[in-house]
Amino acid sequence: MATVTTAIKAEARDLNFFYSNGARALKGISMPLYENKITALIGPSGCGKSTFLRCFNRMHDLYPGNKYQGQIVMHPDNTNVLDAGVDPIEVRMRISMVFQKPNPFPKSIYENVAYGLRVRGENNKRIMDDKVEEALKGAALWSEVKDRLHDLAFNLSGGQQQRLCIARALATDPEIMLFDEPTSALDPIATANIEELMVELRSKLTILVVTHNMQQAARVSDYTAYMYLGELIEYDDTDKIFTNPGRKETEDYITGKFG
Amino acid sequence: MQAPVQLTISPRLAKNIRRNVKERMIELILMLAALVAVATTFAIVGVLLYESLSFFKTVSVVEFFTDTQWTPLFEEAHYGIMPLVSGTLTTSAIALAVAVPIGTIAAIFLSEFASHKTRETIKPILELLVGVPTVVFGYFALFFVTPLLQSIYPELPSFNMLGAGIVMGIMIIPYIASMSEDAMRAVPMSMREGSYAMGATRFQTAIKVVTPAAVSGIVAAYILAISRAVGETMVVAIAAGQQPNLTFNPLESAATITAYIVQVAMGDLPHGSIGYQSIFAAGLVLMAMTLSFNIIGHWVRKKYRESY
Repeated sequence: MATVTTAIKAEARDLNFFYSNGARALKGISMPLYENKITALIGPSGCGKSTFLRCFNRMHDLYPGNKYQGQIVMHPDNTNVLDAGVDPIEVRMRISMVFQKPNPFPKSIYENVAYGLRVRGENNKRIMDDKVEEALKGAALWSEVKDRLHDLAFNLSGGQQQRLCIARALATDPEIMLFDEPTSALDPIATANIEELMVELRSKLTILVVTHNMQQAARVSDYTAYMYLGELIEYDDTDKIFTNPGRKETEDYITGKFG
Repeated sequence: MQAPVQLTISPRLAKNIRRNVKERMIELILMLAALVAVATTFAIVGVLLYESLSFFKTVSVVEFFTDTQWTPLFEEAHYGIMPLVSGTLTTSAIALAVAVPIGTIAAIFLSEFASHKTRETIKPILELLVGVPTVVFGYFALFFVTPLLQSIYPELPSFNMLGAGIVMGIMIIPYIASMSEDAMRAVPMSMREGSYAMGATRFQTAIKVVTPAAVSGIVAAYILAISRAVGETMVVAIAAGQQPNLTFNPLESAATITAYIVQVAMGDLPHGSIGYQSIFAAGLVLMAMTLSFNIIGHWVRKKYRESY
């Protein structure tokens, strides 16, 4: 896969991150996200992979005292999204996120998907209807919900709720989509659906996914990064990481000797 | 197959009489404590119904609800409850018009915008307002708010429903703000993060996601506030006037149900007289009003029950 040269959509450059209590959660991480590829972040609990993921859309800004150091450069803008002069809201408009636990809003299915558009000031019903349908189709949920778009989103099953959250994130045509352990709260069938969906979405956008499940990383991703204690231990083609890792630590983790 | 052996109960496994009796005793005491509250409620309803029944032997229900005057203590007595109901509804409506917007906005500020330190400073002060005796609020309405209103609108009488209603509103702001804030803070952070991740601002998140998610708790706060306003006595007795007056005009003086009850209960009416009985009938109406608000509130809560 790496034989085809692809463009870099975003890259971390010597990224450090400090929580408000002073703990250094990320230590000098540098790695690229290739455009229209899926990059997986693996590693034991507390290794900083979710912290790293949440730097991309500036989620850490929501809690006072957190500090970034270093850069995450987004292309083609060639802009460090962590720069103080960058508006995190603008970043989030282009980099969307799907969370660990499905978190639909207390609204109808339709309004959940339309949320991002409404936030952006879109009010045209025709455009909205089209976008909602397109996003729900993109998230493979349309056929299941098209007759009950105005039902409360909480009435959907867990797997459907997670696909709704993906549709919600898709509706605003993001360039990068962040997945923070998107299937950890789901059963195997729902998990398979989400994985299939991620592979389909790859043609439209760039994906970064945190996962606890190594099989998942092996199944869906093009590139894999192994993190441990806030450091990036190894980054490479997924095939290489899982068949012939360059570092002993990576091999130990992947083969289950550790973690 | 062996012949069945006759089983005995070993003393080590036999029922422990002493322990069982002790447990039952404790259970009984706990239940009695719980019963006190329930029994009191039933006793109040019982007394209200009983005394009202004697009242309605003299005064027909139709007259009670249709007569436009309430003068049970006059020579030519009229027993129309509506003037008192109108006073109660008007002052309560003014109070809610003040408290619902301010209380809700304060809750949104405290829960979604204020820093931890600000919240921890403001909330106790707000809750302190609950501890101010209502009689103080009454004089505040009569001697501060009403003169202030008179400087804008000179024809305003000294006793008026507007001033009393406004002060009553200020009095119930903490209930709404505090309870609504609790409800909003109970909304999981993951839901807010979901909104922020979509590019929403703090305000959009507060209005479009957090408030709808907390709506059942917020409605519960409103209902409690309504019950408080309808049942409030001192402020209206002091500042709204004591003349029953069938009007919804807040610029006029009028008595509420509670003001009438306190006025009559403080006088020395002979036990069993019609005037004495009239306060029970008025009390029954008051209770029916608060009860129906509580039932509506219960229903609304159930309908919009939050599930995250």
